[in-house]
Order: sequence, then C-alpha cells, then structure tokens
Amino acid sequence: MKVTSTLLRIGGAGLALGLMVAGGTASARDLTVVSWGGNYQDAQKKIYFEPFSKKIGKPVLDESWDGGIGVIAAKVKAGVPNWDVVQVETEELELGCADGFYEKIDWAALGGKDKFLPAAVSDCGVGAIVWSTMLSYDADRLKTPPTSWADFWDTTKFPGKRGFRRGPKYSLEFALMADGVKPEEVYKVLGTPEGVDRAFKKLDELKPNIVWWEAGAQPLSLLASGEVVMSTAYNGRLAGINKTEGKNFQGVWPGSIYAIDSWVILKDSPNAKEAMNFIAFASEPVNQSKLPDYIAYGLPNKEAAAMVPAALQKNLPTTQANLTGAIALDGAFWVDNVEELTKRFNAWLAK
Amino acid sequence: MSGSPARARVSALLLVAPLFLFLAAFFVWPLVMMITVSVTDGTVRQVMPETASAIGAWDGSGLPPKEVQDALIADLRAPSEQMAFGDAVRRLNSEVSGFRTLLSRTTSAVRDLPPDQTVDLAGIDPRWGEGRYWQALQRAMPNYTDRNLLAAVDLKRDTEGSITADVSANRVIMVRTFTIAALVTALCALIGLPYAMIAAASTGWVRNVLLLAVLLPLWTSLLVRTASWVILLQNEGLINKALIAVGIVDQPLQLIFNRTGVVIAMTHVLLPFMVLPIYSVLLGIPRNLMPAASSLGASRLRAFWHVLLPMALPGVASGSLLVFMVALGYYITPALVGGAEDQMISSVIAFFATGTANWGMAGALGLILLVTTTALYLVYGRLSRSPNMVGA
Repeated sequence: MKVTSTLLRIGGAGLALGLMVAGGTASARDLTVVSWGGNYQDAQKKIYFEPFSKKIGKPVLDESWDGGIGVIAAKVKAGVPNWDVVQVETEELELGCADGFYEKIDWAALGGKDKFLPAAVSDCGVGAIVWSTMLSYDADRLKTPPTSWADFWDTTKFPGKRGFRRGPKYSLEFALMADGVKPEEVYKVLGTPEGVDRAFKKLDELKPNIVWWEAGAQPLSLLASGEVVMSTAYNGRLAGINKTEGKNFQGVWPGSIYAIDSWVILKDSPNAKEAMNFIAFASEPVNQSKLPDYIAYGLPNKEAAAMVPAALQKNLPTTQANLTGAIALDGAFWVDNVEELTKRFNAWLAK
Repeated sequence: MSGSPARARVSALLLVAPLFLFLAAFFVWPLVMMITVSVTDGTVRQVMPETASAIGAWDGSGLPPKEVQDALIADLRAPSEQMAFGDAVRRLNSEVSGFRTLLSRTTSAVRDLPPDQTVDLAGIDPRWGEGRYWQALQRAMPNYTDRNLLAAVDLKRDTEGSITADVSANRVIMVRTFTIAALVTALCALIGLPYAMIAAASTGWVRNVLLLAVLLPLWTSLLVRTASWVILLQNEGLINKALIAVGIVDQPLQLIFNRTGVVIAMTHVLLPFMVLPIYSVLLGIPRNLMPAASSLGASRLRAFWHVLLPMALPGVASGSLLVFMVALGYYITPALVGGAEDQMISSVIAFFATGTANWGMAGALGLILLVTTTALYLVYGRLSRSPNMVGA
C-alpha cells in the first residue's frame, strides 16, 4: 500500500509539474521566427532578429525549416502553434491562405500595399525576398558560356552531366523553354495535357545526363567538384559562393524563374501582435536594404530596393536587366497540379 | 509491505503502467491514427452536407441533375469553417488537379451573387460542364475510402468503379526499398560479424579503439557522415584520385549518385547496429568453448562453424533485424548520394506528409510498408525458427 500511495504521489506531482511547465512555456514563449537556415538566416539574424530583439527588449527565438504545407498544417491544427512568424514559399502562402492557416496581414501597419511589388502583396503574407532559379555554370571550367536552356540540353556542344532539382517544379518549365517555348508562354503550354507530355518528352532526352539534387547547397558543390558542367541553382547561393570562396560561378538570367518568399503569421499565434510588428520592422526600407550586402536576393519593398548600391544591384533578380526573359513562378499552377505531376514525375524517374 | 496477492498485483500493475501508457501513447495510438487517416474520407461531406445527400442518387453519367447543382450552390453559399473547407478542397484537388482553383473561383462568384438569383455553374467556370469533377465529388462523399490504399500500390478506381492501373511508381519504389535494405543488411552482416569477433577477442586498448571506431559514427550527425561520403566518392574525390594515382583505373569510377554510393554510405551508417548486438552476444559465450572443441579434435574452421557461429547467430539475427528495419526508413542518404533510381519509399511518404499535407496518402503508404514488413518478419521467423522471435 505504501508503494502504491508513494507511486501515486510521485505520479501526481510529476503530472502537476508537467502541466506547470507546459502551461508556463505556452503563455510566456518569446516571439519565434522561422526561416530557411544557412547563411541566409545568419544574415537575417544580424539585420532583423537581433535589432528587433533589442528594440522590444525581449529575446527573439529563431528556428529553421525546410518548407512544406504539411508542417504548417500540423502546427496550426495542433491548437496553439509553437511558431509565430514563418517565411514561406509561394505555394505555401497560397495554400495556407486559402485554408485559413495564417492570420490576416495588417497592411496599414506596413505603410500600405503600394509600397511593395504587386506580387509581394497578399492577404496573408508580406513579400520578404525575390529569388531566382537559374542555369548556372563554373566560368573557370567552361570557356564557352551557355546562354539558354537549349544549350543546357545540348550534350554535344557541352559534354558532361547536368544538375537538376529533383521534382516536377522548375524541371518541366525549363524543359519547355529548351524545347522552344517562349518563357512567357510556358505556363499556358504547361496548362494543357499535351504541354505536360511535351515537357516530359524533352526531359527524356536529358535523363541519362542528369544528376538530381535536393538541397540548395548541392548544386554548388556539384559544380565545384566538376561532377556536373551546368546545373540549376538559386541565384543568392551563386553570388554568395563567389564572394566567400572566390569562385567564378555564373548564372543565365534569360529563362530564369523568380519567386517571392513571404512572411506569414500562423493562425492563433499567441504573439500575433508582436509578430506583425516584427514583419513591419523587417519590411522597413532602412532595414531591408541591408540584406543584399549579405545575400543576393531582391527586395519586395520598392523604397528598400532603390537604396541598394548599384554594385550589388547587378546580382539581384529584381534588377531590370535581369528581368528580361525571366518569368515568375506560377504559384496557382503548382498549387493545383503539384500532387498529380509529382506522382507522374516519380513514375517517370522510376521508368 | 503486506503480502496480499491482490495488492501485490495492483502494485505490479502500477509499476508497469508507465510502460503501457508510453506504448499506448507513442505506439498504438499513432498506429491506429495512421490506419484511420488512410481509410477515412468524409471531409467533403462535412462541408457540403446538401450535395452529399443529393449526389448519392445520381447515376454518374453525363452531368448530375439540377437538384445536385443547386445543392452544391447552397453548400457553397453557406458559411463554412475555413480550415474544414480547406481539408475538403485538398481532398478533391488530390483526386482531380484543378479542383482547388475551380472551387475557390466558384465559391467567391456564388457568394457575390444575391441569394435569390439563379446561378449557372458552367457559366462561372466551364469545368463544371465536365463530368469528371462531379464524379470526383460523388466519390468523395462516403465516410470510408479505399482510394489511398489503392493509390499506394499504383491502382485507382475508374469512373465505373472498377480497379485499374494508375500512373505512379510506388510499387517499384517499395520493391527497391526492400532490395536496398536487404543488400545493406547482408553487407553489414558480412562486415559486422568478423569485426565483432575481432573486437570481442581483443583486449585492452585495441578493443577500445575498435569499439570507438564503431561508436564514433553513431555520435556524428547523419548529414555530416553522408556529406563526407560525397567528398570521398565523387569523381574528383579522394577514392577516385587515389585509384587513378595508383594506376588501377584511367577514368574515375562512378561511385556516387547511383546504387553503389547509396549502399556504401548506408552500410557505413548502419554498421554499428549490426556490430553491437553481435558483440554483446559474443561476450556472453564462454571462452573455453573453442579450446574444448579443438580438444575434441575439431579443426579451427570446424569449431567456428559448429560452435561459435551457431551461438553468435542470435546476435546476427537481431542485428540484421535492426539494420533492416532502420534501413527501410532511410531517405536522406539516398537523396544525397543516390541517383534518380535509388530513392526510397520514405521520400514519397515525406512528400505527402509534409509537402502536400495529404495525410491519408502518407498513412496508406506507411500502412503498406508496415504490412509488408510484418509479413516479411513472420516469414523470416518461420524460416529461421529463432527462439527470440515474436509470433514465430
């Protein structure tokens, strides 16, 4: 009996303690901001998280994630999410906004919608960066520079393997461009079953020569080691490695696809107000304009973009010269089709 | 403490209660949830109750009668909880791509119109004039579905309801997953058994170094170990450079982004799970058995074959089970060092779980994996007749 009651007492005390800890952390959790990690998040820490923490006199926690609407859905459906502000990609913004996973944005607190690029404005999110996926190569290894996706497909002129992000997104678009579809018509063609067939057929040609990558740092090491002669890559990473490791990696802007990542606030975040203040802080021109110093992403706040020095402008996806022949990622298309096309893509890969 | 058997039983129960609670919370409950989520439907019924009752009578040919269309309009007009509506939309879009934009466009158009005005759905979006969107709605209405389970094995129901092949590669990827896991297990056993024997036979610092060499990788991040293999195995990597320098090959061997790379990296990562169980079994074997065998006239090989190996086999068996089970769930390593033909089923499950929040599909794939693994486990138990197997 003694054992029983002792056990009960211990159990009860443990339970009470557990509840106290859980309850305590839920109400007093500091603002938690989630972004993409790596040197991008290091930069954000310096120019957004730490100054904002100093301003409010409270700690700002930061975490990193790899994306996926399932992660957001799980957090929000669990009740009170343990994240407040999250940086999301176009599809996650659209999906989550439609499904009620995000709080509405207070645009008045940001100085109005017209301060931002039109594509960076949404009911649920504020554009944070503009980034591009582009054809890239090591200019020290490749003496004749490739200029188009047709060159990327041309294995006689440019022998060697190619790096491609595994998945239908971007692969199908670039395949159509290589097949002669004008960039601005890519999504129109891809919207038809024949267009999808055409893209897969074009991918067939290159399939034996493709090395598939998944994480954004991989194409850089593939290029650096000479494993591939060309690869798709993110523009910010290219400029970054040129700066830090003295590489001469070049990207081809015509035919590139740019996308906007946005800040969102998770539904029922206990720090929603502070979260909104943080987003406003990170969108202020004077703060945002510091970003290209660290990483070559375009800025959605027009005033901030104008403050970036000309030397840095040339690497940004938002610079006029770099926008020629580039297209925006069609979030609506991928929100509708990602599941079916991924299924087909996997089947195609396994063939 | 009193000696009453009833009380003793109560305290014994209380002692194991935490274990049972743990098992229930972290094993049984998730398992039940996984199975449930893969066969339940009904998210659409929940936000479209009127359509649900009206569409049941439709025979599925052509376009549904006007009552069904009116019921859908009424459902879309009624305010619904946004997240529940989102679940329904995700369910429908997963069956027919484009349902998401179709529904959001229709909903906002319907809600903008005055309530008494007649609505022409096909006028809002011509896709409502196609039968397949309506058929998908009808199929989404029952509370239970075999859709996810069928899709997990590359099957689907056509418009008549009979089962046909679907465009996907889950079966191929599943078979591949088991093949890679089996290959890695075999290699781990081949390397792990001699390694554990040497470690168990040695003493002092040699044993410590040998054990440390196995344990150290366990304490290193999986990502770091995998990335190191990339550096070693790539075309201009250490191994190829060494091979060329020695003159064994002229051209670099393709060791990475194919099955070779995956098997090498996974074998290395999983080797500790093989070595440690064998090692602990070997330690328990009395050291005088081998001398006893030779004193009875057995050669060293015969003594190993008839004495040591049978006694070490339980270690190999449990090591193999561990390695095989862990290997089945791998996807980071294949993603980084494998090619397109080396991706394993977990990457597909992860895509549905985190990428599209299609938890039904993720659950169904997990269930198929679980059932296949259990079946293999039972066959293995029957064949090996090992005493430490459950259910054999």
